[in-house]
Amino acid sequence: MAGINKSFGPVHVLHDVNFNVYPGEVTALVGDNGAGKTTLVKCVAGIYGIDSGEIRFEGRPVTIHGPRDAAGLGIEVVYQDLALCDNLDIVQNMFLGRELRRGGVLDEGGMERRSRDVLASLSVRTVKSVRQVVSSLSGGQRQTVAIAKSVLWNSKVVLLDEPTAALGVAQTEQVLALVRRLADQGLGVVLISHNMNDVMQVSDRIATLYLGRLAAEVKAKDVTHAQVVELITTGRSGDIGLRPAEAAATTI
Amino acid sequence: MTTDKTTGPAQTTRPTETAQADFARDAGASTAIEFVRDYISRVRGGEVGALPAVLGLVVLVLVFSQASDRFLTVYNLANLVSQAGITVFIAMGLVFVLLLGEIDLAAGTASGVCAGIMGLALVHQGDLQKALGTPVFVTVIVFMLLAIGVAVLSRLWIPAAMVGLGVVMAVLHLFTSSAVGAIYLAVAGGISIGLLTGFLVAWVGIPSFVVTLALFLGWQGVILQMVGDGGAISVRQFDLINGIANKNLAPALGWLFFAVLIGIYTLYTVYRSIQRRGQGLSAEPMVIVLSRAGGLAVIGAIGLFFLNQERSPNPDSTSIKGAPYVLPLIIVFMIGWTLILSKTRFGRYVYAVGGNAEAARRAGVDLRRIRMSAFAIGSGMAALGGVVQASRLGSIPSDAGGGNTLLFAVAAAVIGGTSLFGGKGRARDAVIGGLVIATIPNGLGLLSNLPASTQFVITCLVLLVAASVDALSRKRASASGR
Repeated sequence: MAGINKSFGPVHVLHDVNFNVYPGEVTALVGDNGAGKTTLVKCVAGIYGIDSGEIRFEGRPVTIHGPRDAAGLGIEVVYQDLALCDNLDIVQNMFLGRELRRGGVLDEGGMERRSRDVLASLSVRTVKSVRQVVSSLSGGQRQTVAIAKSVLWNSKVVLLDEPTAALGVAQTEQVLALVRRLADQGLGVVLISHNMNDVMQVSDRIATLYLGRLAAEVKAKDVTHAQVVELITTGRSGDIGLRPAEAAATTI
Repeated sequence: MTTDKTTGPAQTTRPTETAQADFARDAGASTAIEFVRDYISRVRGGEVGALPAVLGLVVLVLVFSQASDRFLTVYNLANLVSQAGITVFIAMGLVFVLLLGEIDLAAGTASGVCAGIMGLALVHQGDLQKALGTPVFVTVIVFMLLAIGVAVLSRLWIPAAMVGLGVVMAVLHLFTSSAVGAIYLAVAGGISIGLLTGFLVAWVGIPSFVVTLALFLGWQGVILQMVGDGGAISVRQFDLINGIANKNLAPALGWLFFAVLIGIYTLYTVYRSIQRRGQGLSAEPMVIVLSRAGGLAVIGAIGLFFLNQERSPNPDSTSIKGAPYVLPLIIVFMIGWTLILSKTRFGRYVYAVGGNAEAARRAGVDLRRIRMSAFAIGSGMAALGGVVQASRLGSIPSDAGGGNTLLFAVAAAVIGGTSLFGGKGRARDAVIGGLVIATIPNGLGLLSNLPASTQFVITCLVLLVAASVDALSRKRASASGR
């Protein structure tokens, strides 16, 4: 993504953001509240249109007008608030909007087997039955289903918005391991998180947003925990990040 | 998450763990005992389904059969079915609206308007223009064209085509003098009402409660205009209309219908069980499948046997036996809507929108399309309810579909197990709940020493009990995490 701009009325949320996602890598997208992380994700997902800028996918420029366009390219988003239907079971949720059909009617058997295969391929072994209603699952299990749903469609890029925000320690570990496995399977993974430990643990790259500008995109192993925090809070750290003038201009 | 703390030694925890996790419940057939245990734990966990309504119906029948010796007579049973007709039809349509977490308060009076259209078309030999007067007729046609417009806007081709056919018939007087044609006009009218209601809810964004409250009043005015103050359109003389609620299926045909239904049901459920097992998926044990089919067959056979008894006071001159035509109609619609809700994408989306509209939207479901179709189905079924009621009464009064009609239909759906909060409900809820709702006034009416006041209070209590069961099971469900 290059030079992305997005405004809501008078509020200029994203300033010329350049953001790259690489296959097989976890790119963490960090930033303080209101830095524009979620907006950026929604632009990629086709929920918001972009005002200017260019989105390139596998080298060619693409336009994304809606969630279906994004899905068609192989971009999947797992939202913070999960977007699962509590009254439907795991299979029904995983195939929601893209049900398999045979002779005009839903192919329940086929969907059930594919869901099971996908969950198994991600080494998810904590659910008793894929026919369980989602409201009966724990937070971690729900997150797992939401993530598994995104890989069901041979997707190439998966964006995860705060996947561990509401989880306990053990469940967080499970979900992070799952995130890592997604990247190891060759997908481009974007992890949005507030939790520095999570970010340092699984990501290969860290992109920092500071008040709607991309402050820095660095390799995770090149920076320390403290440097990332500094980038998040002030937009710069030593010689990486925004130029002082730019940071000051942004603040005003 | 799955570590079993209750099991003692470490070496025994491992098997327990794999039994709990790893899709243990998904492979192969479970035994009958496991299945029953699963079912009991589901019920205890709050997934009660239609169980309370069925139990309630059994209790009501037992109580009334003790209180009045006329309740369990063959004449009264047939009567009960046709009394339940209007409530069941309106409630079946309402299930779709309720599944989305919306409400249609206008379904009752809309059913009156649609029945009115049918009645006027029949009485004036199919010439609606003469029946309504040109200005009103033009208004109706414009209204239907508008409905087609909003349907096309939402890419709802089937309802658009159905209303379109209705417009063509009304303008060219095609088949409108025949009973079937007139009933079709009523349904087309109902669908247009539903489409416009749905448009106001889904596109304009007015809460359905307010839209349909306004329309509830509006349709009362329309039916009054059609019928005339204090008047009524008599439809008794039209055999087909009169027959729906008052004539009966010949006993032999009744048995044939019954045998075909039970046969298909049994074959399908057995086939599904075998097929799922073949695919390595969890399947219902054959004992359960067969005993459920057997149970249904026995209940159905007993019911049909009684309905097929002679119930005429003097059988020599006129013979009255068989199931009222409205009963097979109800069953056909129940099966049809059940299949649509459980086997099609559309049905899946209805549940999804009711469960979490935002999630459905993000999954690419067109919310406006689903909302509008639910209202169209709701009002279309209400139109059929109006036809059934017209048949039962033999006429369409100026207050057709008013009063408690709609409230009873909502109550029927809720008693049957449909949730007012959306996402939970089935077509059969309307049938079971409708029977409960019809049983109360029917049974109480037979008790000559009970005043009407008591009847209202008892209906109230039954409804409250049903609502409590729904609320408690919901609470239980969230507590047990189901």
